[in-house]
Amino acid sequence: MTAASATTLSSELNPQVQVPSDLPWRAYWTEAKYEVIRACRAPAFAIPFFSLPVVFYVLVGIFLVGSMSHGDPRVIPTMFVNWATFGVMGPGMFGFGMFVATEREQGLLRLKRALPMPTASYVLAKMAMTMIFGAAVMATLILAAVFLAHARITLMQYLLITVIDVVGSLSFCAIGLFIGSRASAKSAPAFVNLAYLPMMHLAGLFYPLPKSIQPLEFISPAFYLNQLNLHVARAASIDALALASGPSSHARPLLCIAVLTIVTLCFGILAARRLKRLG
Amino acid sequence: MKRECLAELSGVSKRFGKVQAVDGLDLEVRPGELLALLGQNGAGKSTAIALLLGLERPDSGSAVLFGLSPLDIEARRGIGVMMQEAALVPELRVREQIELVASYYPDPMAPGEAMQLTHTESLAERIYAKLSPGQKRQVQFALAICGRPKLLFLDEPTVGLDIQSRELMWSSLRRLVSEGASIVLTTHYIEEAEALADRVVVLAKGREIASGTVSEMRALVVRKQISCSSTLSLDQIRTWPDVDSVRRDHKGLHITAAKVEDLVRRLLAEDEDVEDLEIHRAGLAETFTELTQESVQ
Repeated sequence: MTAASATTLSSELNPQVQVPSDLPWRAYWTEAKYEVIRACRAPAFAIPFFSLPVVFYVLVGIFLVGSMSHGDPRVIPTMFVNWATFGVMGPGMFGFGMFVATEREQGLLRLKRALPMPTASYVLAKMAMTMIFGAAVMATLILAAVFLAHARITLMQYLLITVIDVVGSLSFCAIGLFIGSRASAKSAPAFVNLAYLPMMHLAGLFYPLPKSIQPLEFISPAFYLNQLNLHVARAASIDALALASGPSSHARPLLCIAVLTIVTLCFGILAARRLKRLG
Repeated sequence: MKRECLAELSGVSKRFGKVQAVDGLDLEVRPGELLALLGQNGAGKSTAIALLLGLERPDSGSAVLFGLSPLDIEARRGIGVMMQEAALVPELRVREQIELVASYYPDPMAPGEAMQLTHTESLAERIYAKLSPGQKRQVQFALAICGRPKLLFLDEPTVGLDIQSRELMWSSLRRLVSEGASIVLTTHYIEEAEALADRVVVLAKGREIASGTVSEMRALVVRKQISCSSTLSLDQIRTWPDVDSVRRDHKGLHITAAKVEDLVRRLLAEDEDVEDLEIHRAGLAETFTELTQESVQ
C-alpha cells in the first residue's frame, strides 16, 4: 500500500474529529504570516514602501534641509517625525487599497468567504502586515536619525512615536480598505493616490503651507497623526519653524486620537458593509 | 422517513435585478454521492452553489448545510470548494497556499499529503503566479481537498486540464466518493458527468427540469441519431416527416428523430452515395440539449 492510498481523504471516516481550541488562532497566525510573506515578495509594494521613506529622509530630511537650516537643532526632530508619519501612510493605504481591490475582483475574497476562514482573519492579517511593515520602516528611520542626524530624541520618545505611528497607520488601512472595497483593481492605485497625495501634502509634512491653505490641513488624518508625534518629540511643526515662532502649539492629543479613531471606524465600517454585500 | 442529506435547497428563489436566477428550486445532496449539475449558461447552477455556500442569500426558501445555516462556520468546516474563477495569492508558493487553507480546518492534511493526492508534489516550491492554467487548477483542487471535507463543491474543475491531468483528477474524485465524501460538480463536459456522476440534475431558467441517474436521464428521451456522409441539403431533409433536427458538421450529416427506420429508407433512396451510416441512441449530451431546449420552448 502506498502512502497515498493509506491517506484518508475524507473526514467521513473519522467522524469524531473535534475542533481544536486553537483552531481560530492557528488560522489568524497563518493568514498573517503569509500576508507578510506575500507583501515582501511583491516588489511593487515592498521596495517603494520599505526603502523610499528612509532614502528620502536621509537625502532631504537630513542632508538637504540640514544644510538649508544651517544645522538648526529644532529642525532635526521635526524632520524625523514628519518622515515617520509619511513612512507609515503608504503601506496602510496601498497595502489595503490595491490588494483588496485585486483580490475582490479576482474572486479570492469570495473563495475565502466560502471556506471556513474566521471572519476577521482576512482584515486582521492585512492589518498585521501593515503594522509590521510600518514598524520596519520606523526602525530604518530611527537608525538614520540616531547615526546620521544625531537627533536629540530619547529612546522612550522613539518607542512612543513608533507605537503611535504603527497604531495610527490603522486609519490609513481603513481608508485603503474603503477604496479597495469599491474600486476596481485597475483604478484602485489611482484612487489611493488621489487620497494619499493631498492628505500627505495637506498634513504639512514637507514644506510650510501657505496661509490660505492652512485651514485645509485639518481635513487630513495624517495631520493629526503628525501632531501627536510632534507632541511626543516636543518638536515644532514645519509651519512654526518657517515662521520662526518656536515650538508650535500642537493640536490637543485627545482631539488627534479622537479624529484618528473616528476616521478608522467610519471607513472601516463602510468598507466592511460593502465587502459583506459583495464578497 | 426523510432521507438524510448533507446540503439542501428547499423552494429557493433568487433574483438579481430583472433576472430570476433560481426559481423555486429544491435540491439535495446525499451522503456518498457525486451529483452533477448540468445546464446551459445562466441556468442557475452557479447561483445554486453560491446559495449552498452562503455566498448568496435566498429571497425565499431555505438553504441548509449539514443541518446548519451555510453562514455558520461550523457547517463550512465540512466542505471543500473549487471555484471556476478564483485567483489565489499570486506571490505564494504552492505548499504555502495549501498550508494557509489547511489552517482553516480542524483536521487537515499536511501539505505534502494533499500534493501527493493531487499529483502536485513537483509544484510545491513553485510560485503560484508562474504556473500554467492547468497547474493552477490542480493546485486549486489540492486546496479543495486539504481539509478532508465531507462535501466538495467543484465548479468546472477540469477546465484547462490536459487529458492526463483530467483522468488523474477523475480518479481522485472517484476515490473521494468511495471513501464516503459527497461531491457537487458543475461541468460543461457532458462526458465528465457521464463518467463520474451517480445522479444528474438538469437546470434551466433556475428550475430543475429533470433529475436521476445518467441512464435514467437517457431513458427520458428516446430519440436516436443518424450520422452519415451525404450530399443532400439540410433544407431538403427538414421537410421530411418525423425529423426533429438536422445539422451538418465536419464529421458529416446528423439527423435526430424518434423513429429512424423510415428515415433511413428514404435517405438511402434519395442519395445512393450515402456513406459512413451510423445509428445510435442519444448520449447524455443530446439528452441534455434536448431537455433544456424543450424547457426553454
